[in-house]
Amino acid sequence: MSDTAVAEDHHYTATGLPTWKVGFWTFLGSECLFFASLISTYMVYKGASTTGPFPADVLNIPLTSVSTFVLLMSSLAMVLALDGVRRGDKRLASFWLAMVIVLGGTFLGFQVYEFTHFVHEGLTISGNVFGSSFFVLTGFHGAHVTVGVIWMTVLFIMSLRGKLTPAEALKVEIAGLYWHFVDIVWIVIFTLIYLLQ
Amino acid sequence: MSTSEIAAEAHGHDQGGHGSVGFYWTIAGILGVITAVEVAVFYIDALAPALAPILLTLSAVKFAMVVMFFMHLKFDSKVFTVVFLTGLSIGTFVVVALVLLYQFLPRLKG
Repeated sequence: MSDTAVAEDHHYTATGLPTWKVGFWTFLGSECLFFASLISTYMVYKGASTTGPFPADVLNIPLTSVSTFVLLMSSLAMVLALDGVRRGDKRLASFWLAMVIVLGGTFLGFQVYEFTHFVHEGLTISGNVFGSSFFVLTGFHGAHVTVGVIWMTVLFIMSLRGKLTPAEALKVEIAGLYWHFVDIVWIVIFTLIYLLQ
Repeated sequence: MSTSEIAAEAHGHDQGGHGSVGFYWTIAGILGVITAVEVAVFYIDALAPALAPILLTLSAVKFAMVVMFFMHLKFDSKVFTVVFLTGLSIGTFVVVALVLLYQFLPRLKG
Protein backbone atom coordinates (compact mmCIF):
# COMPACT_ATOMS: atom_id res chain seq x y z
CA MET A 1 0.00 0.00 0.00
CA SER A 2 1.47 3.39 -0.98
CA ASP A 3 1.93 6.20 1.51
CA THR A 4 -0.84 8.18 -0.14
CA ALA A 5 -3.20 5.24 -0.01
CA VAL A 6 -2.30 4.70 3.66
CA ALA A 7 -2.86 8.37 4.41
CA GLU A 8 -6.27 8.32 2.74
CA ASP A 9 -7.38 5.60 5.18
CA HIS A 10 -7.58 8.34 7.83
CA HIS A 11 -9.54 11.58 7.84
CA TYR A 12 -7.64 14.83 8.02
CA THR A 13 -8.53 18.30 9.23
CA ALA A 14 -7.95 21.47 7.19
CA THR A 15 -4.58 21.74 8.98
CA GLY A 16 -3.54 18.44 7.41
CA LEU A 17 -3.54 16.72 10.79
CA PRO A 18 -5.48 13.49 11.46
CA THR A 19 -8.89 14.26 12.98
CA TRP A 20 -8.55 11.40 15.46
CA LYS A 21 -5.30 12.79 16.79
CA VAL A 22 -6.54 16.39 17.03
CA GLY A 23 -9.68 15.14 18.77
CA PHE A 24 -7.72 12.98 21.17
CA TRP A 25 -5.30 15.73 22.18
CA THR A 26 -8.35 17.93 22.82
CA PHE A 27 -9.81 15.14 24.97
CA LEU A 28 -6.53 14.93 26.92
CA GLY A 29 -6.67 18.71 27.46
CA SER A 30 -10.15 18.29 28.96
CA GLU A 31 -8.89 15.39 31.09
CA CYS A 32 -6.35 17.82 32.57
CA LEU A 33 -9.30 19.87 33.84
CA PHE A 34 -11.03 16.75 35.18
CA PHE A 35 -8.02 15.64 37.23
CA ALA A 36 -7.26 19.25 38.21
CA SER A 37 -10.69 19.42 39.87
CA LEU A 38 -10.02 16.20 41.82
CA ILE A 39 -6.49 17.26 42.81
CA SER A 40 -7.83 20.69 43.86
CA THR A 41 -10.42 19.03 46.07
CA TYR A 42 -7.74 16.90 47.74
CA MET A 43 -5.45 19.89 48.25
CA VAL A 44 -8.22 22.19 49.56
CA TYR A 45 -9.26 19.65 52.19
CA LYS A 46 -5.71 18.66 53.04
CA GLY A 47 -5.28 18.67 56.81
CA ALA A 48 -9.01 19.25 57.36
CA SER A 49 -9.74 15.78 58.75
CA THR A 50 -10.62 15.91 62.44
CA THR A 51 -10.49 12.15 62.91
CA GLY A 52 -7.94 9.60 61.67
CA PRO A 53 -6.49 7.77 59.96
CA PHE A 54 -4.36 10.62 58.62
CA PRO A 55 -2.07 10.44 55.55
CA ALA A 56 1.07 9.82 57.61
CA ASP A 57 -0.67 6.89 59.36
CA VAL A 58 -1.47 4.90 56.23
CA LEU A 59 0.49 6.01 53.16
CA ASN A 60 3.20 3.48 52.30
CA ILE A 61 5.96 5.29 50.39
CA PRO A 62 8.21 2.27 49.56
CA LEU A 63 5.24 0.33 48.14
CA THR A 64 3.93 3.28 46.12
CA SER A 65 7.45 4.06 44.85
CA VAL A 66 7.60 0.57 43.34
CA SER A 67 4.15 0.92 41.74
CA THR A 68 5.17 4.34 40.37
CA PHE A 69 8.28 2.79 38.83
CA VAL A 70 6.13 0.00 37.34
CA LEU A 71 3.81 2.54 35.69
CA LEU A 72 6.77 4.53 34.33
CA MET A 73 8.21 1.37 32.78
CA SER A 74 4.83 0.57 31.24
CA SER A 75 5.14 3.87 29.37
CA LEU A 76 8.48 2.66 28.00
CA ALA A 77 6.81 -0.62 26.92
CA MET A 78 4.05 1.40 25.23
CA VAL A 79 6.42 3.52 23.18
CA LEU A 80 8.40 0.39 22.19
CA ALA A 81 5.14 -1.32 21.13
CA LEU A 82 4.36 1.65 18.88
CA ASP A 83 7.87 1.42 17.46
CA GLY A 84 7.28 -2.28 16.73
CA VAL A 85 4.00 -1.55 14.93
CA ARG A 86 5.62 1.19 12.84
CA ARG A 87 8.41 -1.21 11.85
CA GLY A 88 5.83 -3.84 10.91
CA ASP A 89 7.40 -6.23 13.45
CA LYS A 90 4.41 -8.21 14.73
CA ARG A 91 6.36 -10.19 17.36
CA LEU A 92 7.97 -7.09 18.84
CA ALA A 93 4.68 -5.16 18.89
CA SER A 94 2.83 -8.08 20.51
CA PHE A 95 5.56 -8.57 23.13
CA TRP A 96 5.62 -4.93 24.23
CA LEU A 97 1.83 -4.64 24.20
CA ALA A 98 1.76 -7.71 26.47
CA MET A 99 4.30 -5.97 28.73
CA VAL A 100 2.07 -2.88 28.93
CA ILE A 101 -0.83 -5.12 29.99
CA VAL A 102 1.29 -6.96 32.59
CA LEU A 103 2.80 -3.77 34.03
CA GLY A 104 -0.58 -1.97 34.02
CA GLY A 105 -2.16 -4.99 35.71
CA THR A 106 0.65 -5.01 38.29
CA PHE A 107 0.03 -1.34 39.05
CA LEU A 108 -3.69 -2.09 39.53
CA GLY A 109 -2.75 -5.01 41.80
CA PHE A 110 -0.70 -2.63 43.97
CA GLN A 111 -3.67 -0.24 44.09
CA VAL A 112 -6.13 -2.98 45.09
CA TYR A 113 -3.71 -4.11 47.82
CA GLU A 114 -3.29 -0.52 49.03
CA PHE A 115 -7.04 0.18 49.11
CA THR A 116 -7.74 -3.09 50.95
CA HIS A 117 -4.99 -2.34 53.46
CA PHE A 118 -6.34 1.20 54.03
CA VAL A 119 -9.86 -0.09 54.66
CA HIS A 120 -8.46 -2.54 57.23
CA GLU A 121 -6.66 0.42 58.84
CA GLY A 122 -10.01 2.20 59.14
CA LEU A 123 -9.68 4.60 56.19
CA THR A 124 -12.89 4.52 54.13
CA ILE A 125 -14.44 6.81 51.51
CA SER A 126 -16.98 8.08 54.06
CA GLY A 127 -14.79 7.98 57.18
CA ASN A 128 -13.13 11.39 56.94
CA VAL A 129 -12.32 14.13 54.44
CA PHE A 130 -8.91 12.64 53.66
CA GLY A 131 -10.49 9.26 52.85
CA SER A 132 -13.17 10.82 50.62
CA SER A 133 -10.82 12.98 48.55
CA PHE A 134 -8.07 10.32 48.42
CA PHE A 135 -10.28 7.44 47.25
CA VAL A 136 -12.12 9.58 44.68
CA LEU A 137 -8.87 10.90 43.16
CA THR A 138 -6.87 7.66 43.12
CA GLY A 139 -10.01 5.63 42.31
CA PHE A 140 -10.70 7.67 39.17
CA HIS A 141 -7.04 7.31 38.19
CA GLY A 142 -7.28 3.54 38.74
CA ALA A 143 -10.42 3.46 36.59
CA HIS A 144 -8.48 5.19 33.82
CA VAL A 145 -5.68 2.61 34.12
CA THR A 146 -8.29 -0.18 33.94
CA VAL A 147 -9.73 1.29 30.72
CA GLY A 148 -6.17 1.52 29.37
CA VAL A 149 -5.44 -2.15 30.18
CA ILE A 150 -8.67 -3.21 28.39
CA TRP A 151 -7.72 -1.03 25.40
CA MET A 152 -4.20 -2.55 25.30
CA THR A 153 -5.70 -6.05 25.48
CA VAL A 154 -7.81 -5.31 22.38
CA LEU A 155 -4.71 -4.01 20.56
CA PHE A 156 -2.72 -7.06 21.69
CA ILE A 157 -5.34 -9.41 20.21
CA MET A 158 -5.37 -7.35 17.00
CA SER A 159 -1.58 -7.59 16.86
CA LEU A 160 -1.64 -11.38 17.32
CA ARG A 161 -4.14 -11.62 14.46
CA GLY A 162 -1.84 -9.53 12.26
CA LYS A 163 -4.27 -6.62 12.07
CA LEU A 164 -1.83 -4.02 13.43
CA THR A 165 0.08 -3.16 10.28
CA PRO A 166 2.20 0.02 9.95
CA ALA A 167 -0.86 1.58 8.26
CA GLU A 168 -2.73 1.10 11.56
CA ALA A 169 0.00 2.75 13.66
CA LEU A 170 -2.24 5.76 14.37
CA LYS A 171 -4.56 3.51 16.41
CA VAL A 172 -1.64 2.41 18.59
CA GLU A 173 -0.30 5.96 18.80
CA ILE A 174 -3.62 7.26 20.13
CA ALA A 175 -3.85 4.41 22.65
CA GLY A 176 -0.28 5.31 23.63
CA LEU A 177 -1.22 8.96 24.18
CA TYR A 178 -3.93 7.81 26.58
CA TRP A 179 -1.55 5.48 28.41
CA HIS A 180 1.18 8.12 28.78
CA PHE A 181 -1.42 10.61 30.01
CA VAL A 182 -2.45 8.19 32.75
CA ASP A 183 1.26 7.97 33.62
CA ILE A 184 1.76 11.75 33.87
CA VAL A 185 -1.33 12.09 36.06
CA TRP A 186 0.22 9.54 38.43
CA ILE A 187 3.51 11.48 38.43
CA VAL A 188 1.56 14.45 39.82
CA ILE A 189 -0.48 12.35 42.28
CA PHE A 190 2.63 10.57 43.60
CA THR A 191 4.31 13.90 44.37
CA LEU A 192 1.36 15.89 45.73
CA ILE A 193 -0.43 13.17 47.69
CA TYR A 194 2.27 10.71 48.73
CA LEU A 195 5.53 12.65 49.00
CA LEU A 196 4.21 16.07 50.07
CA GLN A 197 2.09 14.84 52.96
CA MET B 1 -2.89 21.25 -3.36
CA SER B 2 -5.14 18.22 -3.93
CA THR B 3 -6.81 16.28 -1.14
CA SER B 4 -4.50 13.33 -1.64
CA GLU B 5 -1.43 15.60 -1.55
CA ILE B 6 -2.60 17.13 1.73
CA ALA B 7 -3.29 13.66 3.08
CA ALA B 8 0.12 12.39 1.97
CA GLU B 9 1.84 15.40 3.54
CA ALA B 10 -0.17 14.93 6.71
CA HIS B 11 0.90 11.32 6.85
CA GLY B 12 4.36 12.67 7.58
CA HIS B 13 2.93 14.55 10.60
CA ASP B 14 0.90 11.44 11.37
CA GLN B 15 4.15 9.64 12.17
CA GLY B 16 4.66 12.25 14.85
CA GLY B 17 8.42 11.87 14.70
CA HIS B 18 10.06 9.36 16.99
CA GLY B 19 13.41 8.49 18.45
CA SER B 20 15.42 5.30 18.42
CA VAL B 21 14.82 2.38 20.77
CA GLY B 22 18.02 3.29 22.65
CA PHE B 23 16.74 6.84 23.09
CA TYR B 24 13.52 5.57 24.70
CA TRP B 25 15.47 3.32 27.09
CA THR B 26 17.64 6.30 28.05
CA ILE B 27 14.58 8.44 28.80
CA ALA B 28 13.08 5.60 30.87
CA GLY B 29 16.36 5.26 32.77
CA ILE B 30 16.41 8.98 33.56
CA LEU B 31 12.76 8.81 34.71
CA GLY B 32 13.62 5.87 36.99
CA VAL B 33 16.60 7.71 38.47
CA ILE B 34 14.54 10.87 39.11
CA THR B 35 11.89 8.75 40.89
CA ALA B 36 14.60 7.21 43.07
CA VAL B 37 15.96 10.71 43.87
CA GLU B 38 12.43 11.88 44.79
CA VAL B 39 12.02 9.04 47.26
CA ALA B 40 15.52 9.61 48.68
CA VAL B 41 14.81 13.33 49.15
CA PHE B 42 11.61 12.43 51.02
CA TYR B 43 13.64 10.47 53.61
CA ILE B 44 16.46 13.03 54.09
CA ASP B 45 15.51 15.15 57.10
CA ALA B 46 18.03 17.88 56.27
CA LEU B 47 16.13 18.60 53.04
CA ALA B 48 12.74 18.91 54.77
CA PRO B 49 12.57 22.75 54.55
CA ALA B 50 13.12 22.61 50.78
CA LEU B 51 11.10 19.43 50.20
CA ALA B 52 8.22 21.06 48.30
CA PRO B 53 10.27 23.01 45.72
CA ILE B 54 12.64 20.09 45.13
CA LEU B 55 9.87 17.53 44.65
CA LEU B 56 7.72 19.83 42.51
CA THR B 57 10.69 20.57 40.26
CA LEU B 58 11.61 16.89 39.87
CA SER B 59 7.97 16.01 39.22
CA ALA B 60 7.71 18.75 36.56
CA VAL B 61 10.85 17.43 34.84
CA LYS B 62 9.41 13.88 34.74
CA PHE B 63 6.07 15.20 33.48
CA ALA B 64 7.76 17.23 30.72
CA MET B 65 9.99 14.33 29.64
CA VAL B 66 7.06 11.92 29.24
CA VAL B 67 5.01 14.52 27.32
CA MET B 68 7.87 15.63 25.07
CA PHE B 69 9.52 12.29 24.28
CA PHE B 70 7.06 9.44 24.95
CA MET B 71 4.01 11.38 23.71
CA HIS B 72 6.22 12.87 20.95
CA LEU B 73 4.93 16.40 21.53
CA LYS B 74 8.43 17.79 20.98
CA PHE B 75 8.56 16.35 17.46
CA ASP B 76 4.89 16.64 16.55
CA SER B 77 2.73 19.48 15.21
CA LYS B 78 2.59 22.61 17.38
CA VAL B 79 -1.22 22.44 17.14
CA PHE B 80 -1.19 19.49 19.56
CA THR B 81 1.08 21.40 21.95
CA VAL B 82 -1.29 24.39 21.97
CA VAL B 83 -4.38 22.21 22.45
CA PHE B 84 -2.84 20.24 25.32
CA LEU B 85 -1.17 23.21 27.03
CA THR B 86 -4.45 25.13 26.99
CA GLY B 87 -6.15 22.43 29.10
CA LEU B 88 -3.07 21.93 31.25
CA SER B 89 -2.68 25.68 31.92
CA ILE B 90 -6.32 26.16 32.93
CA GLY B 91 -6.13 23.04 35.12
CA THR B 92 -2.95 24.23 36.82
CA PHE B 93 -4.48 27.67 37.35
CA VAL B 94 -7.56 26.11 38.98
CA VAL B 95 -5.42 24.03 41.37
CA VAL B 96 -3.16 26.95 42.35
CA ALA B 97 -6.06 29.41 42.72
CA LEU B 98 -8.13 27.09 44.91
CA VAL B 99 -5.18 26.12 47.11
CA LEU B 100 -4.33 29.80 47.60
CA LEU B 101 -7.96 30.66 48.39
CA TYR B 102 -8.63 27.83 50.82
CA GLN B 103 -5.23 26.98 52.33
CA PHE B 104 -2.97 30.04 52.39
CA LEU B 105 -5.22 33.12 52.51
CA PRO B 106 -7.12 31.99 55.65
CA ARG B 107 -3.75 31.42 57.40
CA LEU B 108 -2.52 34.91 56.40
CA LYS B 109 -5.70 36.42 57.86
CA GLY B 110 -4.99 34.51 61.06
